[in-house]
Amino acid sequence: MSTVAEINPRRRTALAALRRDPMGLLGAILVAGFVTMAIFAPLLAPYDPIKIDVAHKFAPADFAHWAGTDQLGRDILSRIIWGARTALGIALTATGLAGVIGLLLGLVAGYGPRWLDGILVLLFDSVSSLPMVMFALAVITVLGPGTSTLLLVIIIISIPGYARLIRAQTLTLQQADFIQAERTIGASPARIILRHLLPNVVGPLVIVLSMDVPVVIMLEAGLSYLNLGVRPPTPSWGNILYDGYTSLRQAPGMVIAAGLPLVLATLGFTFLGEGLRDALDPKLQLRVPK
Amino acid sequence: MLTYTIKRIGLAVLILFLVMLAMYAMVFVVPGDPAAVALGPRATPALKAELITRMGLDQPLYAQVWNFFRNAATGDLGFDVWSKRPVLSMILEVFPNTLILGAVALGVALVLGVSLGCLSVIWRGSLIDRVLAILSVSMISVPSFVIAIYGLLIFSVWLGWLPAIGAGEKGDLGSQARAVILPAFAVGISWVGYLARLVRASMLEVMGANHIRTARAFGLPEGRIVARYALRIAIIPTIAILAVGFGSILSSAVFVETVFSRPGIGSLITQAVAKRNYPLVMGTVLFMTAFYLVVVTAADLLIARLDPRVRDVYRS
Repeated sequence: MSTVAEINPRRRTALAALRRDPMGLLGAILVAGFVTMAIFAPLLAPYDPIKIDVAHKFAPADFAHWAGTDQLGRDILSRIIWGARTALGIALTATGLAGVIGLLLGLVAGYGPRWLDGILVLLFDSVSSLPMVMFALAVITVLGPGTSTLLLVIIIISIPGYARLIRAQTLTLQQADFIQAERTIGASPARIILRHLLPNVVGPLVIVLSMDVPVVIMLEAGLSYLNLGVRPPTPSWGNILYDGYTSLRQAPGMVIAAGLPLVLATLGFTFLGEGLRDALDPKLQLRVPK
Repeated sequence: MLTYTIKRIGLAVLILFLVMLAMYAMVFVVPGDPAAVALGPRATPALKAELITRMGLDQPLYAQVWNFFRNAATGDLGFDVWSKRPVLSMILEVFPNTLILGAVALGVALVLGVSLGCLSVIWRGSLIDRVLAILSVSMISVPSFVIAIYGLLIFSVWLGWLPAIGAGEKGDLGSQARAVILPAFAVGISWVGYLARLVRASMLEVMGANHIRTARAFGLPEGRIVARYALRIAIIPTIAILAVGFGSILSSAVFVETVFSRPGIGSLITQAVAKRNYPLVMGTVLFMTAFYLVVVTAADLLIARLDPRVRDVYRS
């Protein structure tokens, strides 16, 4: 139960710090809003997001359709609300899985034999030296566009960053006095990794993961905009934006409505991530956008 | 320095080799044969047989891999499935457009980013500093294609100030310049925010240095201290990061070029992906990876030349 005692005071300071940081608080509110939207999409959406009603296509925003309708007469607000589920679902699944795999590989590279470390670091370097979107497009060509391809691509791209972070932390921690002491009294590697390394490296990883969520939301929407990500008719903020783009002159409202959740969600997650970092680990390096 | 140079270039070559290998392997992971997938449902047996011979898919695997590397080394990236034109010449035809877009975007980011960073150092701790900090984070996080579409709507469709599509008339610098403004802003804006932050942080570090304190003791105005003495030192990490920035700029360019129907690497590859035109996609990815590796390696060597501490890391 010692872990609980360790985590709780920390969490309290994080909440207190967020309260003192207005932008972090704004981020938390926005994120909470989008999470609610994603979870309760079926209850919140006034219409079926994929129901076609050509008779009412390009309806302007009014009380029946708050954000108007698209070229097939689908209610845009409902599509945006369901789009939150697509965006957050993909972002959380991808960063979560990539985080776990990165954590394991990072521990192996940092704690395992040196030759394995060399190979892993070379692999990480190779993947991260590919321009991100170029790599994504190459994989999509081979596997075909779709949600599972999108998840796979995002996970592969994200792993090296997390693994490198964990590896660096592990290497530093191994020199720490308390780890050396554990080793001298004959603790097994499993005990050292699970009881001492893991709790210490997870904190920074969670912060970096939370700061990557907006990047993944952006990538999902961007590829869906190019019609290479989430396939229509499944609503994604990206393909709503594309529908709006194709009818930019007839119904400019569509583009405005579809861009707003993207702007607000990326801002919200970024502000929250920054707030968390400032509160928990101000020294953590900001990653270069790729 | 020589050891470092050799090791750094060797690493780049090794990475490029692995990337090529992975890319080639990927084609074989796909269910179904690549020729059928590339040609789609319209494929006749004759068309398929012709493509298989042209792509060399009828040869034994080791011969295919060998040919792939030998051809790539001589600049032969294969032929487009549909037009049968050499992939390399298709890439080189549109590459200058992307390069111009990237360069203008970097220029915009550098000028605006460094200025905003300096402003927040001059007025550090004030309301302006805090507003600029929020602005920087916002610019970093908002997706480039949303900026591009909003910009298109406002400045091209509503105000009619700037062209909505294309890269301008050939040979007409004025129209080319007008066509690059909106895309360059969309691509560069996240780097404005990023550089503003970076310059601010590294400048604040420098501001505590002895020579700055001396300058202040002499009574120099704050603006002059920042511009003449602090910026000189603080700009080094900024230049180091710009090379890496090129990768992200290429990524944004893919989306932004599509929004503005601007000919370039981005529009070329997106159309090729949609048609699953393997040779064109793989050739473009390979070309861009090689280009990016050259830029990053060159930057690393330049930094190592300027800063001996970097070299020593590799000596151990």
